[in-house]
Amino acid sequence: MQRSVLVVLGAILAAFLALPVIALFATATIADLSSGLQHPLVWPALRLSVLTTSISTAIAVLLGTPLAWILATARGRFFGLLETLLQVPIVIPPAVAGIALLLAFGRRGLITSALCPDGCSITFTTSAVVLAELFVSAPFFVQAATSAFRRVDSQLVLVAQTFGASPLRVFFRIAVPLAMPGIVAGAAMSWARALGEFGATLMFAGNLEGRTQTLPLAIYTALETDLRAAQALSIGLVIVALTLLVFVRATLRGSRASWEAPP
Amino acid sequence: MTPTPRFLLANRFRAAFALRVLLLALLVFATACKKTEAPAPAAMAAKAETLVVFAAASLRESFTAMGEDFKRTHAGLQITFNFAGTQELRTQVEQGAAVDVFASADQRHMQELVRAGQLAEPATFARNEPVIVVSREAASSVHALADLANTQRLVIGSPEVPIGRYTLQILDRAAPSLGAGFRSKVEAHVVSRELNVRQVLTKVKLGEAQAGIVYRTDAQTTPDLAVVPIAADINVIAEYPIAVAVKAPHPSVGREWVTYVRSAAGQAALARAGFLPPISPN
Repeated sequence: MQRSVLVVLGAILAAFLALPVIALFATATIADLSSGLQHPLVWPALRLSVLTTSISTAIAVLLGTPLAWILATARGRFFGLLETLLQVPIVIPPAVAGIALLLAFGRRGLITSALCPDGCSITFTTSAVVLAELFVSAPFFVQAATSAFRRVDSQLVLVAQTFGASPLRVFFRIAVPLAMPGIVAGAAMSWARALGEFGATLMFAGNLEGRTQTLPLAIYTALETDLRAAQALSIGLVIVALTLLVFVRATLRGSRASWEAPP
Repeated sequence: MTPTPRFLLANRFRAAFALRVLLLALLVFATACKKTEAPAPAAMAAKAETLVVFAAASLRESFTAMGEDFKRTHAGLQITFNFAGTQELRTQVEQGAAVDVFASADQRHMQELVRAGQLAEPATFARNEPVIVVSREAASSVHALADLANTQRLVIGSPEVPIGRYTLQILDRAAPSLGAGFRSKVEAHVVSRELNVRQVLTKVKLGEAQAGIVYRTDAQTTPDLAVVPIAADINVIAEYPIAVAVKAPHPSVGREWVTYVRSAAGQAALARAGFLPPISPN
């Protein structure tokens, strides 16, 4: 009986989270879906979304994994403050993130005038899309990877160091393999966040088909004229994201099984 | 619904019980939602009347000012404004939002809602003229529509939104005087097609774009940008219609609001924001 109280409470949230997604699918007919997928904005946008989120996630993993290891192992107030600061992009509204990116890297941006005085800018380019996605999604990766590294048994690291393993060797041979499930999960979460990124991209990179118009921007553009097409595109995006999540869960289960198997 | 004695419950009975409780909760929730629709307006009228006005984003400043004035002659009246893109407002009305008056920045959305039986007899109350806004750095090189063909970074509205549609119409209408290839020459310099007119303005304001096409009312909010008018024989002027909702909770005060917007006082407030009067009051 007491368990059923928990079940009911949990079920309320589960239903709330699932119902809109179900409604998205349930209110569309196959005809809507096929006509939506033939919308001229779909394929260039999908291609661009896959390309830019792959790059931004790769950058997040490449640079974020060392950062997470430093944050997980360093001591001191400075690193605590840094860790908090790095979470700020998660809480600021995406449109504000876009303004912040413009003020930093835009044509009159903080560092643009120093880097290139004759006024170059990456605004309105595909690189700007990658930067916007990286800015909003990398904090998720760093957060997940940091807590994964914190769960690595410090005894193992100590033993390795006693046997003369260099810091890099400890990182690559001990920390990263042991934290791998957390790193993969973090990468997936960061990828999913990048895939859905809208506000910062619109603000910082603009909206031009084939160059900066990602799937969420195409959905919003289609929404201006045709709710059905927008819905079909949204279903496409949900399916892409769902495939990704299922893939990651399968990978995690596989890896966990091999790691947690008794020696 | 009577639960089975607790001590007898096996695991799957518990799950079934939880499911029933959940379904009941959903049912209660659903009926509660339905019920609030009918009695709410009456209950609200008993306390203080609240006029709900859905208006295009470009009407924010002028409608807010008009609202303060309107309340002075209507003691106890509250006005709730919902300012957003006309398309968003239209979707909200179609999904059953409780609205008294709808003011659109676009004839097309208005006609669709009238055809769907949501709105009654619209009247044009204002017009808004597209103009070219130019960033400080490009101010010396853009003096006319023709100069857009030589602008490096141009931002316009997406063709799905009204300002973008007007922009393309303007470029097409310029073909006889500026050459058949004018539109494609200009479009070659377009770096972004923004989803609303304020985004176009922001990009020019920040200097990311050298020039853009926005409404006169938007340009007027940013005094530090140079404004270049578009010749009247080429320009496409946006018409703003207003209508009372068929199912308006407060139809009479809604009609009074429409009358006020079209009165001399309302027109003066709109003119201050940069709007043009309608051609012939109908």
